[in-house]
Amino acid sequence: MSQKRDAAIVGIHEYPSRDVEGEVSPLQIKAESAAIALADAGLTWSDVDAIYDAGEGGGMAGLTMAEYFGLSPRVINTTNVGGSSYEYHAAHASRDIKAGKARVALLTYGSTAHSNARAIGVGGRGGASMHPAENMDAYAGMTLIANYAMVAHRHMHEYGTTSEQLAEISVATRMHAMRNPEAVKAMEDLEFLDIRETTIADVVNSRMIADPLHLLECCMISDGGGAVVIAAPEVARNCKKPPVWILGSGEATKYPMNGGDITTSAAAQSGPLAFAEAGVTPAEIDVAMIYDSFSITVLALLEDLGFCPKGEGGRWVEGGRLRFDRPSDGPALNTDGGGLSSNHPGMRGIFLLLEATRQLRGESTAQVADAKLAIAHGNGGMLGSRHAAGTIILGSD
Amino acid sequence: MNDPVRPLPRTDEFDTQEFWAGTKEKEFRYQQCRNCDTVIFYARRHCTGCVDGDLEWKIASGRATLYTYSVVRQSYHPFFRNQVPYAVAWIDLEEGPRILSNVVGVSDPLKDIHIGMRLELEWEEHDALCIPLFRPSTESS
Ligand SMILES: [Zn+2]
Repeated sequence: MSQKRDAAIVGIHEYPSRDVEGEVSPLQIKAESAAIALADAGLTWSDVDAIYDAGEGGGMAGLTMAEYFGLSPRVINTTNVGGSSYEYHAAHASRDIKAGKARVALLTYGSTAHSNARAIGVGGRGGASMHPAENMDAYAGMTLIANYAMVAHRHMHEYGTTSEQLAEISVATRMHAMRNPEAVKAMEDLEFLDIRETTIADVVNSRMIADPLHLLECCMISDGGGAVVIAAPEVARNCKKPPVWILGSGEATKYPMNGGDITTSAAAQSGPLAFAEAGVTPAEIDVAMIYDSFSITVLALLEDLGFCPKGEGGRWVEGGRLRFDRPSDGPALNTDGGGLSSNHPGMRGIFLLLEATRQLRGESTAQVADAKLAIAHGNGGMLGSRHAAGTIILGSD
Repeated sequence: MNDPVRPLPRTDEFDTQEFWAGTKEKEFRYQQCRNCDTVIFYARRHCTGCVDGDLEWKIASGRATLYTYSVVRQSYHPFFRNQVPYAVAWIDLEEGPRILSNVVGVSDPLKDIHIGMRLELEWEEHDALCIPLFRPSTESS
């Protein structure tokens, strides 16, 4: 089957520090990452004619970021769907390039969530609000972790999934993190207590934060950021690095529905759309970059994306199947170390694209042999209530 | 200094103000469309099931089932940090609405709560409204 070659990722950069000690701003992280990603592609600022921004740097993002970068883009896209924003940006950039509206698209992210000491996971969930959904939810004291924990509980109840099975996700991800010097440095800077490969027992014996999720099933809160440059085929062919083609994309939302199934996420809609457009199947995917806010996020998303049937995720991940050095078992998971053990400044979606690209270039620290196809799936918002899903299928030449 | 209090909803939020007004009367109000029977919750002015909706307010019995839950062990919120461990839950009212609330009235939330258990509404009184919470059902099933 002939695959689309409409647009390719040609330049990437992941900001290396996860603790900037309050000395760098999100805007500075975005600009520094953009410059290095452009250089990675062999391009420069003046080549950029389209910017995509989730607005984490402040209001009127399209305008303010154009000025800050010093660009005069002819396409401006400020889709914000939380941590999945960057999968949407990649999809929209691909679409805009195919339509001839843009040639070189720039996606950036910068956050100092750690320096700002934001208690993302266990803080209160907002308060009373003039948004009706928030005005209904605030009184219950649901933390972010409890939101995901409610999905895990229901998954356990319906399908018999166990904490040991969920722990497989944390263990594989940590194994990959230990091979990534930036992830190890991140865990050191964020003062992880025990920086080593973990066992299932380590995970299930770690402190319970919100039943049934343990500490080692929860992502870190770091500083960080990065940039992605996406270009038209005629540009991509002349860039410094081999192109990583955007083969397909899908988008979806999910929110609480009376009588709904909390164990099925928006990925059940976005995944099939992306696979169909790319003309590939889950069985062909070498690398799965799946938003790992928590262990249960990955388990539910793997099912919804079609790597295994709904409810069988627990058994499917058993036995170290997700490790990078077991390619015959299916895709390697989050080979950079993921949000669990490498980088999570609040909206992790861009890092999924970055590591998928490194894998398809052969540049990963947990390189999957001969990786040809990768999936990047972002989940923005909260899995157990309202969230957005963005799926991107990537392929090398 | 006053003790920290539970975050309370606004009673002037456009869509949900009728629900919160009902709580003062200890009524659990929800909407249903006369045209297409869709149950609307949280409250809105439009029907999500049809474009010529005709919404009517109804009052739920308070009989409910626990859909899923988590026992929160750690919170930095000024009020909830002193409540741990407490149970947050999605709860299905018999008439259809699913609401995020707390399961209360159990001696040990780590042992006495399970998915599928029957619950009943309990009102926590405040000055301007009541908060709907849920306790194990006392009805024999
Ligand atoms: Zn209707």
